[in-house]
Amino acid sequence: MTLPDPARIAVERIITDNKDKQGALLPILHGIQDSIGHIPPEAVSVIADELNLSRAEVHGVVSFYHHFRQSPPGRHTIQICQAESCQAMGGSKLTKHAKECLGIDFHETTADQEFSLEPVYCLGNCACSPAVMVDDEVYGRVTDDGLEQLLSQVRKGQQ
Amino acid sequence: MSIKVYVPRDSSALSLGANQVAMAILVEAARRGASIDIVRNGSRGMFWLETLVEVATLDGRIAYGPVQPQDVHGLFESNFLYGGEHHLRLGLTEDLPFLKNQERLTFARVGITDPVSLVDYVAYDGYRGLKRALGMDGAGVVKQVTDSGLRGRGGAAFPTGIKWNTVLNTGAAQKYIVCNADEGDSGTYSDRMIMEGDPFVLIEGMTIAGIAVGATQGYIYLRSEYPHAYQVLKEAIAVATASNYLGQNILGSGKTFHLEVRRGAGAYVCGEETSLLESLEGKRGIVRFKPPLPAIQGLFGQPTIINNVISLASVPIILDRGGVFYRDYGMGRSRGTLPIQLAGNLKHCGLVEKAFGVTLRELLYDYGGGSASGRPIRAVQVGGPLGSYLPESQFDTPLDYEAFSSIWAVLGHGGIVAFDDTVDMAHMARYAMEFCAIESCGKCTPCRIGSTRGVEVMDKIIKGQDHAANIQLLRDLSDTMLNASLCALGGMTPYPVLSALNHFPQDFGLQKTQQAA
Repeated sequence: MTLPDPARIAVERIITDNKDKQGALLPILHGIQDSIGHIPPEAVSVIADELNLSRAEVHGVVSFYHHFRQSPPGRHTIQICQAESCQAMGGSKLTKHAKECLGIDFHETTADQEFSLEPVYCLGNCACSPAVMVDDEVYGRVTDDGLEQLLSQVRKGQQ
Repeated sequence: MSIKVYVPRDSSALSLGANQVAMAILVEAARRGASIDIVRNGSRGMFWLETLVEVATLDGRIAYGPVQPQDVHGLFESNFLYGGEHHLRLGLTEDLPFLKNQERLTFARVGITDPVSLVDYVAYDGYRGLKRALGMDGAGVVKQVTDSGLRGRGGAAFPTGIKWNTVLNTGAAQKYIVCNADEGDSGTYSDRMIMEGDPFVLIEGMTIAGIAVGATQGYIYLRSEYPHAYQVLKEAIAVATASNYLGQNILGSGKTFHLEVRRGAGAYVCGEETSLLESLEGKRGIVRFKPPLPAIQGLFGQPTIINNVISLASVPIILDRGGVFYRDYGMGRSRGTLPIQLAGNLKHCGLVEKAFGVTLRELLYDYGGGSASGRPIRAVQVGGPLGSYLPESQFDTPLDYEAFSSIWAVLGHGGIVAFDDTVDMAHMARYAMEFCAIESCGKCTPCRIGSTRGVEVMDKIIKGQDHAANIQLLRDLSDTMLNASLCALGGMTPYPVLSALNHFPQDFGLQKTQQAA
């Protein structure tokens, strides 16, 4: 299987830009995920060839890190903090509410491909727990109602 | 002349709407024809007051907060640009009690300056440490750090000067400075605040380290959960490089130091230094055996200083004011100051930088204002997910590495998470095991398997199944993890588990007096 052209061109460009760096693999994987949303399996062998690694080594790195995805996410990724500080402020209840609102569990994507839901262990927003991250924006002291409003704003593209 | 209005760009302030507040102020000022200059500063660290807007007046900076976008119209009506009266007016920022009694050395500029303005940085004593360091030899710089008594602020509390000295005395063609900015501990955010609020202090600290030991390349390994810090650091590195504070022939000294930010990818274990080095090398973040120490064979097999953000950010003031100045703060063998982060169920969450010796009770009640929920504080976890839970009877413990160690607790990175009396400590113990299972790198058996078995045992204890035997099993398992794990992840997960069991036995279905042996 080969990648569709735009993705293939992006992958090749990112590899070319980064391959001479020391420890180039993580910067390359970040570049690919930032650009096309996930690390397609087809990219793994291309990266392996270019960095003179085995496919197993590249796959091992992709699968080790929670941040890297092997399948496309929804249009927006919602991360809800599960760590202690957020638990102390009702994070578990908020998580349950989010799952009910979206009708999905962690690591799943809604049927309309709008939202992917992921757990996260600390966003560094512990002074404003519970914390939620939508794409690259963090939100603090999120209530059940606040989360619903946020989801509806994101859906309307008003984030 | 335009009036300076400060609206933080810190992630936590943004998480409460700081951008919307800044926008509303701009729009309202334009509508009224008021000439203002909005500075996006770091946060002062009083998060219950964010968005904290400050206005520069002849008397000093006047604070208003917490400001919501809908308050902006009223603020203008109240003439806030000239310090006018308003129900959100807090008075002079520096007189606010939460700030007034702090001892801000590392955080001296955070919230005061524009984080990416080199002019601001230099105007507020920035780069004085580097200039002094450039006039010394490597051993002289290392001596100042050793004299300061600074110990690793990431949690391990290893003397920074000793680490630096090892790298200084290890010959190699290439050495590295690595900053551990993988701040994964729940309840901690001081690294993030420094990186977003005063990135030059970290850059200066790393540059001093490089010059001291002869390392020409530095990396900041930043967790991927901090996109704003990533932008600020990249911006600040570009500014420092353009002004010759980084790169070749720094300030005409003939010294070279290059700096790059690398992003982690959501693995908690990469906060462990050897795992971080593996990750920087482009591999899975698997913990290495020690020895060899990173100071001798670290990144790409070369001598490497790897320090936490706060350790490195404390170096500039140590070089500027001298090691003895810094050492004069603190108690016992814990010298200097610790940026403490108040989190969880507290009314006033925020950053408190104090000399070691302040008690937990002072922090929780005098600074923290008690619980946010208004219920009694029942348990406090200090030092992140691998730190012990402390009951009320231990709240008078001073923040000091040795005092905490003597009650089988750790200070870690200075994060304090408070829980009120609705917390179920058996649930928290189970969570500690679950977290370890999710984040284990998998190299050593006690951590990889022990944590999974730990979750199962906790489930049985919570269900009351074969209770006494399972409590004993939990203790045995914890003993194995404590003594046989390769790194602190497996080795310290028993701290929250056993401290919860010992201090809150009733939550585990035991009598209060019954301390299952």
